[in-house]
This record gives sequence, structure tokens and C-alpha cells, in this order.
Amino acid sequence: MRLLMLLVFLLTGNLLLAAERSFETVTPGYEMVFPQDFGAHPDFRIEWWYATGWLQTTEGQQLGFQITFFRIATNAEKSNPSRFAPGQLIIAHAALSDPALDSLLHDQRIRREGFDLVYARTGNTDVKLDDWLLKRETDGRYQTFVQATDFALELAFSPTQPLLLQGEQGFSRKGPKMEQASYYYSEPHLQVTGTITRNGKPIAVTGTAWLDHEWSSELLDPNAAGWDWVGANLDDGGALMAFQIRSKDGAKVWAHAVWRDANGRMTAFAPEDVHFQPQRRWRSPHTQAEYPVAMTIKTGETTWQLIPLMDDQELDSRASIGAVYWEGAVTLRRDNQPAGRGYLELTGYVQPLSTGGNDD
Amino acid sequence: MSGQLLSRWLLLGEWRARRLQLLVAIIAIMLGVALGFSIHLINTAAVNEFSAASKSLTGMSDLTVVAAQPTFDERRFPEILQQPEVAQASPMLEIMAGVLGFQETLRNPELKIIGLDVFRAAAITPDLLGIPAEDSQFDTLSEDGIFLSPAAMEWLAVQQGDQLTLTLGAKQVTLRVAGGLVRAPSGQRVGVMDIGAAQWHFDHVGWLSRIELKLHSGANLATFKAKLASQLGDGFLLVEGTNQDARVHNLSRAYRVNLNILALVALFTGAFLVFASQVLATVRRRAQIALLRVLGMTRQQVLRQLLLEGGLLGTIGALLGLILGYALAAIGLHFYGADLGAGFFAGLTPSLHFSPMAAGFYFVAGVGVTLLGSLLPAWEATRTQPAVALKSGSEHEALAVLRFPWLAGGCLLLAAIFVRLPPVGELPIFGYLAVALLLIGGVALLPWLAGAFFGRLSKRYERHPKGAVRTLVLARLSNASGLAAIALGGILASFSLMVAMAIMVMSFRLSVEDWLTHVLPADIYVRTVIRQDARGFTPEEQQLITSVAGIERIDLMRSQSVLLDPDRPMITLIARPIDAHQPANTLPMTDAVLPPQALPKNAMPIWVSEAMVDLYQFTVGREVRLPLGDSTQIFMVAGVWRDYGRQFGAIQMQLADYRRLTGDRHIGDAAIWVKDGVDVNEIVKNLRALPFGENLKISPRNEIREISLALFDRSFAVTYLLELIAVGVGLLGVAASFSAQALTRIKEFGMLCHIGLTRQQIRRMLIVEGGLLTGFGIIIGFVLGVAISLILVFVINPQSFRWTMQLHLPWSWLAIMAFAMLTAAILSVYQASKPAISRDAVRAVKEDW
Repeated sequence: MRLLMLLVFLLTGNLLLAAERSFETVTPGYEMVFPQDFGAHPDFRIEWWYATGWLQTTEGQQLGFQITFFRIATNAEKSNPSRFAPGQLIIAHAALSDPALDSLLHDQRIRREGFDLVYARTGNTDVKLDDWLLKRETDGRYQTFVQATDFALELAFSPTQPLLLQGEQGFSRKGPKMEQASYYYSEPHLQVTGTITRNGKPIAVTGTAWLDHEWSSELLDPNAAGWDWVGANLDDGGALMAFQIRSKDGAKVWAHAVWRDANGRMTAFAPEDVHFQPQRRWRSPHTQAEYPVAMTIKTGETTWQLIPLMDDQELDSRASIGAVYWEGAVTLRRDNQPAGRGYLELTGYVQPLSTGGNDD
Repeated sequence: MSGQLLSRWLLLGEWRARRLQLLVAIIAIMLGVALGFSIHLINTAAVNEFSAASKSLTGMSDLTVVAAQPTFDERRFPEILQQPEVAQASPMLEIMAGVLGFQETLRNPELKIIGLDVFRAAAITPDLLGIPAEDSQFDTLSEDGIFLSPAAMEWLAVQQGDQLTLTLGAKQVTLRVAGGLVRAPSGQRVGVMDIGAAQWHFDHVGWLSRIELKLHSGANLATFKAKLASQLGDGFLLVEGTNQDARVHNLSRAYRVNLNILALVALFTGAFLVFASQVLATVRRRAQIALLRVLGMTRQQVLRQLLLEGGLLGTIGALLGLILGYALAAIGLHFYGADLGAGFFAGLTPSLHFSPMAAGFYFVAGVGVTLLGSLLPAWEATRTQPAVALKSGSEHEALAVLRFPWLAGGCLLLAAIFVRLPPVGELPIFGYLAVALLLIGGVALLPWLAGAFFGRLSKRYERHPKGAVRTLVLARLSNASGLAAIALGGILASFSLMVAMAIMVMSFRLSVEDWLTHVLPADIYVRTVIRQDARGFTPEEQQLITSVAGIERIDLMRSQSVLLDPDRPMITLIARPIDAHQPANTLPMTDAVLPPQALPKNAMPIWVSEAMVDLYQFTVGREVRLPLGDSTQIFMVAGVWRDYGRQFGAIQMQLADYRRLTGDRHIGDAAIWVKDGVDVNEIVKNLRALPFGENLKISPRNEIREISLALFDRSFAVTYLLELIAVGVGLLGVAASFSAQALTRIKEFGMLCHIGLTRQQIRRMLIVEGGLLTGFGIIIGFVLGVAISLILVFVINPQSFRWTMQLHLPWSWLAIMAFAMLTAAILSVYQASKPAISRDAVRAVKEDW
């Protein structure tokens, strides 16, 4: 899921409508091939690698982090021979949630691909934006480095479980129409080691992360106004992903959930079996938007309670992709028992969904 | 009676009695202040706009990487960005594009296009980002969109959504106006588009003009600069903000200072006029003042009264001057642009800002000068014993203090020394001081000179007397030379300045005419819409031009700007076929030429303009390094040529050498010689019919010549204006001092009537007197003017504009001016004498109790 719509909104700008460039389409029955599909798919319009997770310092402090790299293919004419022609854009977001602070620390970058400074390579995950990078080694480990204004993250993720192919073997529907879909796989339970640097001081951290990789060319349902998404590493070794797409009046347009238990058994939930129920709303002092930061999610017979690590995990990305969203670390409880930790994403709560520039 | 009332009575009574002098004094102060203030306003507006414009182009950059040549290979960009000290690097391509349809009506039909990467520019030059329409946020990346500054939109008369066709060489590019800029200085004309689109459309794929760098906060600028410079090698320059400021400063400095000095000259002339009229007024009022003293007024009160009068005069004049100055500046900016037609600030339309500080300065200067002019006579008036002053004829004693032969000698001597001194900070400061000293010395020497001249004349005349009138005239002139000198001073100052400026401008103009004949040997000149177009004509397009029927010979030229010193404006490099054995066949050479046999066989010759010698020490025979192509090359300076077109320096080289070194086969200009019997217009028509004929600027030789001379005249418009004002001020001075003198001499005229002279005779006497005096002033003024013009032509001009010229004396023009001055003087004497001699003779004599 994850910001798909923001990007779609962005893509409808006249740059991308000026000349219809033809993109690959997402079709059911596609068989993912690895390691190629770890890498970039430049013939699709949009793509992202999205890592979120919980970290623990040596002193036992709990932190949340988010590192995202987006790739967007524009409609820039292929005939422009300039190396500066903006054929592909790379956007990166990084955020650090620290309950000791009042709000989220975050930073963002947007650049055009080129000159070996900014790229999303094919063959294996290898994305770079100046000195920000996410790279998958041949042994499956990821290296990531982000130098943000207020902090730096230098982390390594080691897989501990097999890939989780979302939807039907990676074909993930996003709406009632078949073409409203993406290719989507996740890597839950990534073991994290590394350092975070704040105020010039490096702190060693360990933790657990979740990585999504998703690519598509198709638009969301025109009726969609925003969505809620959660991905959680369960304490028993299971993994849960759920999302719903909301219409402008808040009704559910589409929903989906998948639960892989500790034994690797997959349960998928149809739209009618997934329910998001707001429990507590928080009003952002920055944007006045109201986010349901505490939720219950029903997947079939199971009810999950989501409790945020902190309320203010709002990320203002108007300078890069032109949207404001809430992306925060949450703990999961099932039947009032701790069940896991994950990330909740809430979009479309700032009205109207602005592409920025004129708000300030 | 209160002191205030008395003071007012005295003031109003005095002013009512001498309206003309009053008017003249006020006009003089007004003009001086107005000129100074308007020139200051225009220059401040232009320089502010220019530096704001260049600041907005570099934004918050710590360091700018540029090449000596206009562009460099974009592959240096990642190398520079990845330096550990660099926080952000913003690559930019700057192109001057022609505006189609404007080439016939505008002198500079060019628009600066900046191609940038919005994502990298955002942190360094946020002002230069485009504002797209609400519904097309990423239009800043579009291939056909251009974002224009408000000044550019107004100038081009376009708005968001309109089409805009630009030219580069033979190519036309049609873009869509996508919006405005975040913030551009109000007068700056600039268009911004995506760097990829700019490279593509303007044929510059692979090239950058500059890279703006923002360093990490901990980085040491000096260390990094040194490291990067050695890494980038020759051909690159690293420019800081201070260099930028220096360049702006250098760009207009000479012109600005010259104008300011001229304004001060006007103020000086005005001050002298005020001084003269105050001296005469005080002298005339000696009896009145003495009477007041006798009646009980203290010295301080008298002094205060006189200074009050002067101060009021100064205040009125200065206030009017400020108003006039502002109006003049507004008119000048509107009609001539920021540089008053001199061409330094192309692409800018500065707006005028009233500056209270400057207004205050010029106001104080105006009032101060008037007070100073009143101080000496007032001081003298209060020092005199009332009893002495009340006696008739004591006026001349009062003027004794005005004889300064020692001062005159000192000034002239110092002036002679100053003309030999070198410039200070590239400005001919000593040259200007010498001019001022010559003027002061001349004026100070005048009483003595007049005394000596008329004394001798009258002695010679005594032996052969020829009538009462002449005897009287000569007696008066030889014995009362003090008063004569006062009248003469004004004539001398204004006429000599006028002569000097006329000679200088005429010498310059004739030199430019000769030069134009020399640099424009061909019949037709063809070039791109704008000068030094970055693309020019491709070899195929050159082929098309060359194959136009009727051409006898064609010379192709390529010129570009080269930055040799980040503190200075760019120089021009011109590559064209040059006759190596006889460079004078191609270029307007000076005497400094290397004989062809002295040039080593494998050396590449260049011919440099005079400015290159002064600014870069490119002397004949020297081996110099120039960045060209991929590396620096060694050239030998083979000669120096005269260039009135580019005061910041120009270099000419063989086109073959240029092509071999750079691989650039494009050209920008072609000079065409027409076959015998072929009509020039026929060829012009054929050139227009070429596929890119619309993009050509085709100029027959005569047209260029006329335009150049018109431009020359325009850039000297201010000089002409000042010249006219100097003449006007001088004439007003003559009229004022004669009418003042005539009034002081009422007693004398009464006496003359008594002893039998008719009024006609007295009037004749006055006219002859005035004519002789003015004639004398004109002769001395001419001598002084020629001396000043020599300083202007041979010291000030080469030092400030770095070119030499030949001296020409515009005899007929000078004669006309001298005659006009003489006539005006005589007319004003005639007018001024009317009230004085119409008085009742008996009453006039009675005044002399």
C-alpha cells in the first residue's frame, strides 16, 4: 500500500499527462523471479522499498524508524539525450520516533536519477540518492544509510524468515477492479543491527524490521481518499499485514489482510472480513488533521488492538511528494495480551489531499 | 523693532532688489544638486539591481565553480558533488537566447535562460524556482515549460500559458510560459527551465555553465577551495561572493565615477557662481552694512544676517535640486536605461528608490557650498570699519582679499605634477584632481592676469588715445581688475569646461569613426540575433551562407566570453582569419606590433586590445597562457590593437588555431564582401531567403556604422547635457555679475553724466567693457580648456577606459560657442545696464553723500 495514492496523485500532474508513455501493467498470474524482482522495475510507473521497525538502544530505550525509497517513472520524452532528463525520480523519506521527544524526527529527499549519484538498479535491491542508500547483498542482508538533518541511521537487516508474497503470489489487488493492483512482497522479522547518530553521538541499536517492496503502473480507484495500513511482526514469529482503502465519506472501498502464523501457514482475508475501527483520535497541532492513532482491526474472528508508541508521528512531506501522513510505531495486543510490534500508516486525513507548495 | 522683523525686512528688501542674481544663484545650486543627486540615484538603482540580480543567480552558494570558457563538461559534476565537504551542488546551464521579433527594435534582444535541477537548486537558489500552475505541480520538470521573472514577462508581453519563441543561432525553440519565479529581483529579466530540457533544446547536451556549491557547516572554505582548484586544474575558476561583488563593482566603476565627477564639476561651477554673486552682493551692500553697524547692529548680527540669506538661498536651491534630480533620474532611467545608454547593465530594468541618506547628503552639500560662498564676503564685510566702508570707492579694497597669486601658482604646479601620477585603484583620481587644480589655479590667477593684460593695454593706449569711451573702459579694466575677475571667473570656469569636454568628446568620436572604418571593411555583416550566441551556425549552415550567389569573399568569425580573473568582467575572445604578416590589414593596430619574423615558428600568435595590456599585462612579445579547449595553451602576444567596443579586454586569434584547439566548428559572425556589380540589397534578400533567414541579423556596413555612432552619441548624452548646463550656468553668471556690477556703479555713471557723457556713451562704454572682459575670459578659458582636455584625453580616458585616442580640436564648434558666449554676454550687459543708467544722474551722485 504505502503512499501509493500520494504518488498516484503526483503522477496525474501535467508532466505525466503531457505525453502518454506506455508502462508495463500488473497482471494476475505473474511469477516473481528472484533476485531480479528484488531490483528495480523501471518500466513500471511507481515502485518503493519501505523499511519500518522497532529499535532498542543498549540502555533499553524503544525507538521506531522508517526508511523509504520511492522510484517514479515520469513521462519525460525518451528522445531527450540529456543525462539530466528527468526520466526517473527517486524520493526518500526517513523518520525516527522517540517517545522522549514531542514529535517525529524526519527528513526527505527528492532527486532525478543520473550520474551514478542517484539510481534504482535492476537485478537486486540497490537504491541510492546521493549519500542515502539501501542495498541488498547477495546473501540477502540489507545495508542502509541515511544522513538526515537531525539524525543518521546506519543499519543492517538480516532475514530470518522466507519472503511473504502478498495477495495471489505477489499480485495484490488495491480496488474492486482487476487492474487496480500492484506486485507486492514483504520481508517480515528482519533482524536489525546498527547505529543511530543523534547530536553527533552514535548509539548502538538492535531490533526487528519489516520491509515492503511494491511496484505498479495503475491508478487507485478514483473514489479513494486515503487508506489505513498496518504491518506487524508478531511476538510468536507470525506476521500480519492489513489495509483498507477509504472513500471520501470514510467508507471502505477495498480491504485486505494476510496473517502468516509462526508455522508459516498463510490466512488471507477478503475485503468483507477486514474491519478497521478507530478507538482514539489525535489532533495534529501542525496540520489540524485528526488521525485515529489507536485502532482495533478485525481479521475474521480475531481482533487486534493497535497502540501508538507516541501520538505525534506525523510526517510532512510537502517538500518532496507533497503530502502529509501519519506513519508510526505501534504495539499490537490480542485479547488484551501483548501480541507484536509494527507500523501503522494513515493517509488522507489532511483535507484536501494537497500536493503542497501553496499551503505555506 | 524686533531683530526678527528687521532681519526679514533686510532679506526681502535685498531679494526684491536683485531678483535676477537671486534666480541665478538658486538655479546654479539647484542644477548642481540635481545633477549630483540624479546621477547618484541612477547609479545606485543600477548597481543595486545588478548585484541583486547576480546574488539571486548564486543564492546561498558558498562557492561557484565556473570555467574560463562559457561552458564545461558535465562529467565534472558528480566528481564535485561527491567531495566530502560539499553538502549540495547545483548544476546550472546559462544560455543567452535571442527573442525573435525584437532584433530590429531592441539593442539587446536577449533573454538569460537558466537551466537548473529544481531538486538540487532548492537548497541553494530557492528564489530561482518556478511556480507552476496549481494543477501541474511537476511542471518544473517539463520539457517545454519556462518560468519567467516578472520583468521578463512584462518585457516579452507574455503570461502563463503563452507560447514564447526564442532563438539560438539558426535554431528556433518554442516554449510554453509555465509560470513565474518564487522571487526574482524586480528588474531582472530571466527565464528558468529544467536543465535537461535546456541542454536539449539549446544544443548543449553534456555542458554546464556553472555549479553552485553549499558546503557542510564545518568545512573550511579556503582549504577546500585550494584543494578543489588543484583537482579541477587549469581552465576552472572558483568564485566567491566577494569576487562577484568585485566584478559588479569593476563593471561600471569607471563610468560611474566619471559621471559622479562630472556632477561634482557641475556643483563646483554652481558653487562658484553662488560665491561670485554673494561677493558682488556684499560688495554692493558694504555701505548698507556699515550703516547698520553704525545704527547698533553687532558684527555677529550682521554675519548672521548674511549667512541667513545665503543659507535660505541654499536651502531653496538644494530642495528644488532634489526634486529636479529625482525627476531627471526617473526620466533618464525611463528613456536611456540604467547605464544611461552605455550598455553595462543589459537585461535589467531597475526601479528608482528614494534614498533619504543620499538626499540628505546632496542637500547638505548644496547648502554647505552656498554658505561657504557667502562666508568669505560676509566675514570681510563685518571686519571692515564702518567709517571706511561708508566711503565711496572702497569696494575695490574689499576685493583685495580675493587675490591669490600664490595659491594660483601652487595649484598649477601641483596640477603639473598630478598628471604624471598613475591611477589609484584603477581610477584616474590624480587626473581629476589635476583638472580641479587647473580650474582653481586658473580662476585664482585671473585677477592678476586681467590686471596685467588690461594694464599693459591701457598703457599702450595712453600713447595713442582714441576717444573718451575707450579710455574710460581701459582705465576701469586695468584698475578695477578685482571686480572684473569676479565676472570673469564664471566665464572662465564654464567655458574652459565646455571646451575641454567638447575637445574630448570630439576626439573620441573621430577616433571611433576612424576605428569603425578600419574594423568594418566588408560590405555586409551577418550574425545571430544576439552577440556571442552560444550555438551560432553549424558547418552546414555556414555552407548555406557561403554559397549565396554574388559573394566575392567571406570571413567567418567565432567569438566567446572568457573569464580570466574572477574579480573582473569577462573578456572577449574572437577567432577569425587574420593576416599574420600585416595584422593592420585586419585589425586597427596601435604601434605596438611584433614584426612577423620575431614570432617563433611554432608559436600561436594572438593580438590583444589595449585593455589587455593594462589589466592583464599582456605586453607584446610575452608568452601567455589561455584556457582553450581541454587545457590551457601557450600563445604569444603579437600585437596590440585599439578597441573602443570592449573596455574589459579582447583577444583576437586565428580561426584555424581556434578550431584546431577546441574542435568547435561553429561560427557566430560572417563578414561578406560583395562581388563587383552586385547589389548589396540583392545579397541581403538572398540571405533572408535562407531556411534560417529569419534568425539572421544582417547589417550592411553603413548601417552598423550609423548605429555605432548613434550609440556613441547616446552614451555621451549625459556629457552633452552637462556641457549645455555648464554653458547655461556660465551665461547666467555673466548676466548676473554684470547686472550686479552695473548697480554698484550707479554713482560712477552719475558722475560721468555730470561731466558730460551721454547715456549712449555710457552704454557703449559698458558694452565694450563687457565685450573685452568676456573676450579675455574666453581666450583664457580656451587655453585652460585645451589644457584640461589634454588631461582628459591623455590621462583620464586611458586610465579609466583603457583606450587611447587621437586629439582633434573641433574649431568651428568652439568658434560658434565662443561667439555665442560673447553675444550672450554683451546682450546681458546691455540689459543689465538699462536700470543703472536710466537713473537720475543727480540722485545717483547724491547717494554718495
